[in-house]
Order: sequence, then C-alpha cells, then structure tokens
Amino acid sequence: MNVPEDLLYTKSHEWIRREGENIRVGITDHAQAELTDVVFVELPKVGASVEAKAPMAVVESVKAASDIYAPVKGTVVEANNALTNNPALINSDPFGEGWIFALKIDNADDLKNLQSAAAYKDQIEA
Amino acid sequence: MSEAAQKKTPLYQEHVRLGARMVPFGGWLMPVQYTSIVDEHQTVRNAVGMFDISHMGQFIVSGNGARDWLNAMLTNNVAKLVVGQGQYTFLLNDNGGVIDDLILYRIGEAEFLLVVNASKIEEDFAWLERHLKEGPSPCQLKNRSADFGGVAIQGPRVVDLFHDLLGQNVELPARNHVIDFVIEEMPVSIARTGYTGEDGVEVFFRASDAARFWYLVLERGAKFGTKPCGLGARDTLRLEMCYPLNGSDLSADRNPIEAGLGFFVDLKKPNFTGREKLLEAKTNGARERLIAFKMNGKGPPPRPHYSLFSGGNRVGEISSGTLSPSLNIGIGMGYVSAASAKIGTPLDVEIRGQKFPATIEKKPLYKKQS
Repeated sequence: MNVPEDLLYTKSHEWIRREGENIRVGITDHAQAELTDVVFVELPKVGASVEAKAPMAVVESVKAASDIYAPVKGTVVEANNALTNNPALINSDPFGEGWIFALKIDNADDLKNLQSAAAYKDQIEA
Repeated sequence: MSEAAQKKTPLYQEHVRLGARMVPFGGWLMPVQYTSIVDEHQTVRNAVGMFDISHMGQFIVSGNGARDWLNAMLTNNVAKLVVGQGQYTFLLNDNGGVIDDLILYRIGEAEFLLVVNASKIEEDFAWLERHLKEGPSPCQLKNRSADFGGVAIQGPRVVDLFHDLLGQNVELPARNHVIDFVIEEMPVSIARTGYTGEDGVEVFFRASDAARFWYLVLERGAKFGTKPCGLGARDTLRLEMCYPLNGSDLSADRNPIEAGLGFFVDLKKPNFTGREKLLEAKTNGARERLIAFKMNGKGPPPRPHYSLFSGGNRVGEISSGTLSPSLNIGIGMGYVSAASAKIGTPLDVEIRGQKFPATIEKKPLYKKQS
C-alpha cells in the first residue's frame, strides 16, 4: 500500500499535505482500497470554518457512505470540483487528482497532533 | 455476533485465497467482493460471474402427502409443478407476513426441494417442523443444508460455459427447471434460475466437492470471461431487477400483496397459511406498496431507511437503495402509502437533510438491450 513519506496522516485515514499556510487533504490509498468504487463525493463549502475532527465531506461507495473529517481547525479555501463529475479520481489517484479540499489552518502547531507516514503505516498494518 | 461465531461455507478458503473481502451476512462469513462491486456487476452483465450460494438452505420434503402439505404451507400452487420444475413462492406467518421467500422444486413424483435464505434456515425449519407435527405426519421433512454446497453462475455466456463443461449437444434445463448431471465424477443438480436478471443457473453439489467444482468452473470458464463475484454485486444486480431481498424489502410485517408479488400467491387455493389476510389485503387494497424509483439526476446514492416524500409529506422510506452500475444513477425500492405509489409519481429522497428528486418507475428498473 502506498504511503508517501512527505505527508501527514490522521487515524481516520485522511492524508495532509502542507502548502505554506494551507493544507491539502484527501483520503489514503488504503482508505480508497477499502471503500472501492467511489461513486459520489459531497464537498465542503468554500469559506466554511471547521473544527478539528468535524465531519466535513462525505465519500460514498456503492456499499456505504463515509464521513471525511477536518484534520485540524481551519477555513475551507478550496474544494475539488473535479470530483463532482469524476468521483473515481479518489480511486485512481488518491494522493494527487483525488484530493478533496484545502484548508487555511488556524494554528500551525495543531499539525503536531497528526501522525507521520511511519506511524500511519504501523496503524494500517497492525 | 463476533467474526469467529460466523459460519463458513465449504468455499471459505477459496474466497480468502482469491483475496475476497469477507463480511458477516445472515450469520455467515461471505465474500462481499474480490476486486470491485462495479467490476463484478459488469462481469455478470457482459460475461459470466460465479457466486458462492452455499450458505443458502436446502430442505427435502418427501412422501405421498408432500404435495398437499406444501400447498397448505406455501403461497404458490404446488400442483402446477411437473417433476423437474421449480417455482418462486412464500412461506407466510398467520398474519400473511413473509417468513421467507424461496424456490420450491419438484425433484420426484413425491419429493420436493426447498431452497431457502441463509439467515432463515433455522426459523423456516422450526416453523415447518412445528406444523408438520400438528397432526399425523403427511410427509417427511429433512434439513440437508450442511450436506450441499452451491454456486450461482450467471451471465450471457453461461450457455457457452456449460456446453464446454457438459458437451456441445447437452441442453441446459429450461427456465425454472432442474436436471441432475455428473461433471467430472461430481454429481450436480443444475437449476436454470438466478437473482441477477441474466441467463444463468444455480448448481448444487456435495459440500465435499465444492472447491473442486469452483476451480473447474473458473478454469474452464476463463475463456468466457468467468470471474468470482461477491454479495455486493449480487445486491446491485438483483436491485436493478427489483428482486426483493428478505429482511430488507420483505419482512414478517409485510405481505406479498403489498410487495407487488401477488403473482406468486394463488388465492384460488382453498387454504394456505396467511390466505385470509392476503384476501383482505387484496379486497381492501394494501395500505402501502413496494415501489421502485430512479433518481432524476446525479447525486448521492439512495440508501436503506432514507425518508421518501411526495408533495412535501413523508410517505415512506427506502428498503433497498444503491447506485446502479448499469444505469449509472441512483435506484431503489421502498414502501410508500398506496396513494403515492403510482408509476410516474415524483418523490423526494431526503439525504443528510437535503431533498433530491426521484420518480417512481415500472419494475424492473433495468432491461437488457437485445
């Protein structure tokens, strides 16, 4: 399972890429493989402020709907509208074209609560 | 129920070996998918898919009184069956509610095979046994579920596959009929039936032959595109056809008239369990009906228990819903009040507090292009 070294991870299978004051967020390769066949994504509204661990997007496969959580407190600055017409991007390119939203983070220190690639690898291989 | 407490079919090891994701279903640990639900769905629509149905139950009812007794226990007319023929039928409770939906085959002059849902084996058997013991027993009832394994082999190339297995000149049984064959020294019963809307068969064999038969079909079927398929695809395939799933679309509180399945109930039979209640439902009209619907546009897939609205009023809820892999749109079934159950009626599906438009459609929702 692909777990890029340069990203941070949540216990709930989101990945986080630091981009200056913003973070970009999606779900991991492991998560997309578990869900399979993503058929619908409900995106967050740009401008919305969110608390850490608040549900803010929904990824739906044929079988089930799964909440996607805010990794840290912040404000939504971008949502990946490409997923509206092509939700399967989450399956084909989870760490790239399949990103879900970007947040402007309130406090960079909050990122310390997230786990490293090594820790996430341990989590999914446990 | 813990995973360890779940029962395993004789094909369990083969599913694990093939990388299936195993999930609990009706007390059994079953493959939900091997690769992806959508892939497996398309395999059945375009080539051949094979499903493990070993979890389903088999009862044998035999003896001179078997036919008449079954006719009093089940809704369809057993007298219509010739030897080798089967019919879809219901086992009802005294209120006309559905205990189980099943297929009854007449396998001898006075011998019948019942193929019942996995989660209902114990309940069906206990119900039948209790009724059998009410008077002098007219026939024998045996639960043979543990002795048999079974697979459903479904898809447009199924005839090619069986010509390869049985010989080019051997005919498969006609629709809803069952014939015994021997394939590579394995005795098998092949029934021309299914739960997918495609041409197909359900094959039953000795549990001890299960793995050998499974691999034989995968090997010989490879050239026809045969792949193993899981319960996920089985569910999307059956829902496109509006075939009910017991426990979702059918229950002890719902009768076959409400479910729109009166075709499988013979009210002309003088007596069978639940008859009075069904007559009443038929005469007075059902209060609610099981309808099929399609979402009007792209949106989140409809799912069980979401509320259905008509003209601003809540009229019912979804019993089965999914994204249809064939139609690429949300589809489902649900019970709504009879006044809102007409084909063409616009509905709204409430999903996470938001309403999405849908329309009641004629069953089945999917029709094969021929």
